[in-house]
Amino acid sequence: MIPLQAALIALVAAGALAVVLTRNLVRLALMSSLYGLVLVVFFLVLQAPDVALSELVVGAVGFPLVILVAAAIERGG
Amino acid sequence: MSYLPYALAVWIFLCGLFGVVTSRSLVHLVVCLSVAQSSTYVLLLSIGYVDRAGAPIFADVPKGTRAVDPVVQALTLTDVVVSVTVVGLLLALTIQAKKEAGTTDPDKLASMHG
Amino acid sequence: MSRFLRIALFAPSAAGLGALLLWSAAGLPDFGHYHHAYGRILNASAQSERHVTNVVGSVVFDYRGFDTLGEEFILFAAVMGLALLLREIDDRRPQPREQVDSDALRLLGVGLAAALLVLGLDVVAHGYLTPGGGFQGGVIVASAFLLLYLALGYRGFRVLTPRSGVDFVEGAGAGGYAVIGIASMLLGAAYLHNFGPLGTSGKLAAGGSIPFLNVASALEVSAAFVLLYTEFLEELAAVPVRA
Repeated sequence: MIPLQAALIALVAAGALAVVLTRNLVRLALMSSLYGLVLVVFFLVLQAPDVALSELVVGAVGFPLVILVAAAIERGG
Repeated sequence: MSYLPYALAVWIFLCGLFGVVTSRSLVHLVVCLSVAQSSTYVLLLSIGYVDRAGAPIFADVPKGTRAVDPVVQALTLTDVVVSVTVVGLLLALTIQAKKEAGTTDPDKLASMHG
Repeated sequence: MSRFLRIALFAPSAAGLGALLLWSAAGLPDFGHYHHAYGRILNASAQSERHVTNVVGSVVFDYRGFDTLGEEFILFAAVMGLALLLREIDDRRPQPREQVDSDALRLLGVGLAAALLVLGLDVVAHGYLTPGGGFQGGVIVASAFLLLYLALGYRGFRVLTPRSGVDFVEGAGAGGYAVIGIASMLLGAAYLHNFGPLGTSGKLAAGGSIPFLNVASALEVSAAFVLLYTEFLEELAAVPVRA
């Protein structure tokens, strides 16, 4: 296993823990997007460009939007 | 050392479960569910990995080069896109819960009437 | 069950579950020593059998096309359920809170949305040659429409994504995928078997029925995501502004 993969494994583990421990919902949207970005790099290192591409577009646009809208309704209504 | 990616998948799954159990907000709970789902992507792609191999795309490399397994990548890529809509459905349920019960705390949503 | 009791019960059970999962993971082949035949056979023969260079694309749309049909219908059903949950029960029209006043922002946003749309269509079209495909490109096309929301405000976004058009495109994509499978049955092969001229490897006109399935799934994914965004943005527009 090359050192790049080991470093990314550590980053993914830290990212998953960080997403779970974030309580503020706006920060949670951004944190989940960042975790998606770390997953994209990890998928690329595992030689899976198709999966990395789909996780990239989903984690950049899809997830933050739905989380932010749900957060706004939870706070505002 | 060679089981580290599988241990990573187990760790991510347990982190997601921990988030679900200790959550104080339904939105946070749904996001932790999606984190637990991402552990399956990591597990699938780690199983298909071949040492010193490239991606299974032969557009510009000769035909016989070593490549990783394409089947698990096919399973994972549709799963990633579909998981967003399922998370959207769960968050729509959260929005409805907020409108009906006025709160999204799972401990206070003990009984949903009618 | 109180919260403290739940967390106290979770800790040993998570430890036990983690131990069992790690024990089962130890029985998997070593990381990097994948040795099953299915992947190796596909890598060696998919390009000559189907004349496409992206083996993952050929697996998604040809060898395991039936699984993709199932995934597409999960997408379809989830978005339909979401639209049903968030439908307008009373007749309140959402009031858009702020308009986009700056002309420069509108112009730049529309220009960039057009560029993003072309990028998405390119990713869709070359899905079976290079990394990409109907699913990835469909989400990019849908985010081009989301950029129109940011550039033009809620009213402009609703005008440019009429509900009947989005519903039609989504149904055409999902139904088209299923119907192409039936077309291959009419030609005497199994459901969703590849049919048509195989073309030359590396060109766009290749792969038999793979390009058609690619386009059908791209239509369905992009329309489903536009519908998802529309429903959520409608909910957002109805939230009263806090002073």
